[in-house]
Amino acid sequence: MSYLYYPGCSLESSAKSYDVSTRWVFQSLGKELVELEDWNCCGATMYMSTKETISLVFSARNLALAERMGGDVVAPCSSCYTILNKTNKILKENFILKAKVNQSLKREGLSYHLKVKARHPLDVLVNDVGIDAIASRATHSLEGLNIAPYYGCQIVRPEGVFDDPENPTAMDKLFEALGGNNVYFPVKVRCCGGMLMTTFPEVALKLNKEILECAVENSADCIVTTCPLCQINLDAYQKKISKKFKIKVHIPILFFTQLLALSMGSTPKEAGLGQNLVPAGEKILGGRL
Amino acid sequence: MAVDVLKEPGILDKKESELRAAFLYQVSNIPGGEKIKKCIQCGTCTGSCPVSYTMDIMPREIIALFRAGAMESVLNSRTIWICASCYACTVRCPVGIKVTDILYALKRMAMEKELFPKRFPIFVLSKSFVFLINRYGRSYEAGLLLLYYLRTNPLKLFSLLPLAYRLFRKGRIAPFPARIKKRKELSAILTEAEVMEMIVPEGTYPVVPKRAVAPGMIKAS
Repeated sequence: MSYLYYPGCSLESSAKSYDVSTRWVFQSLGKELVELEDWNCCGATMYMSTKETISLVFSARNLALAERMGGDVVAPCSSCYTILNKTNKILKENFILKAKVNQSLKREGLSYHLKVKARHPLDVLVNDVGIDAIASRATHSLEGLNIAPYYGCQIVRPEGVFDDPENPTAMDKLFEALGGNNVYFPVKVRCCGGMLMTTFPEVALKLNKEILECAVENSADCIVTTCPLCQINLDAYQKKISKKFKIKVHIPILFFTQLLALSMGSTPKEAGLGQNLVPAGEKILGGRL
Repeated sequence: MAVDVLKEPGILDKKESELRAAFLYQVSNIPGGEKIKKCIQCGTCTGSCPVSYTMDIMPREIIALFRAGAMESVLNSRTIWICASCYACTVRCPVGIKVTDILYALKRMAMEKELFPKRFPIFVLSKSFVFLINRYGRSYEAGLLLLYYLRTNPLKLFSLLPLAYRLFRKGRIAPFPARIKKRKELSAILTEAEVMEMIVPEGTYPVVPKRAVAPGMIKAS
């Protein structure tokens, strides 16, 4: 069975490097990713909290397309991942909403019968491919690299489908197997504020400061994340945070697939490293320039 | 924070009972929504919330106010807009209340009734987002932020230019929106969904106490 790849809107622009590196990792592991044909936006948190039925129709269209193509959806963006899972859950438990959604989807000749699972690439890599299999393919050890694995919110909450909602360890185990050193990082599931960076920047800056500060205090060389919104919030506002809170932060924020790709022997370009605002330093690149 | 005092204990005025019925209908659509009845007012939600320090009504108090028949104060609060959807409250609630989803329900109600200032940031952001994805089928980040700042605070755009330039140089801002192919079909689906949204079958709110039901309410919102 192939995996139906659902990149999501941000992987087409602000998190292009997540897209590039995810495809690279899957390809070199011999796992086929077939892009879901004509996928649309999942509706994200913002639609879900605006109109209920319509937001469900938005995300269910993708699931219906996947059902027609046959296979599970792989969604790297934490928000897409949560919304698709949530849609499945709501439609499963509420037959009235399911009927409403299917009635709407009928206009495009689609229907959805709850046969598709939404999965995160971290879940697929750790549980389907297996950490040992990945470690055996690694060409560059991450030895000596201090990593702060940051999971954010929506990959493990609200359901905690494949990992613990309070203390997830999938990424920790993965990078440990690749030789990296995971630093003490108690804020690994603290919220970065998400879209509050636009609407209430004061609040979001404080949340991001706490995460960055914790990583710096525990002498991490980089923060590794699974979510496009966390990545851009932590990456793009470091100057502003340093100035506002009078602290010194300058730490690269990588997608977990970027670091994984590097340890599997990709070039920096194949890992999409050119897009990070805080450049990955010599320690991460290990002499590959 | 102004909490309206009930005129007669146990009896809600018309507006309040309508709000209550609408809210309970929304809650009944949440999987596990009925657990709201089990709230023990422990405050774990408030304690877990990373942004509760900037809220005017704490998440715990939302449920207390709903019980006290003060839905209007809840809908007027800043709280429902501050929530960043991190679900920390939801996973920690000892009786399994879906606090985040309850806040979404309140947000939907407040939006429907437009209970906030005209240029309220999150409302504008949501509206702009909905506009863009209805049109293109996909979100367009640059367009979204542009619309948002034009409608709330155009001057802020200037201060964002340096960051926008840095992002653009790194290829992280798409100059044009991505679109799906079947946009016509998508609008057909959405039009139908809009109709579906308005159908609220009678008798689908099992948790509504008899006294609070306003007959005919929420039929067409």
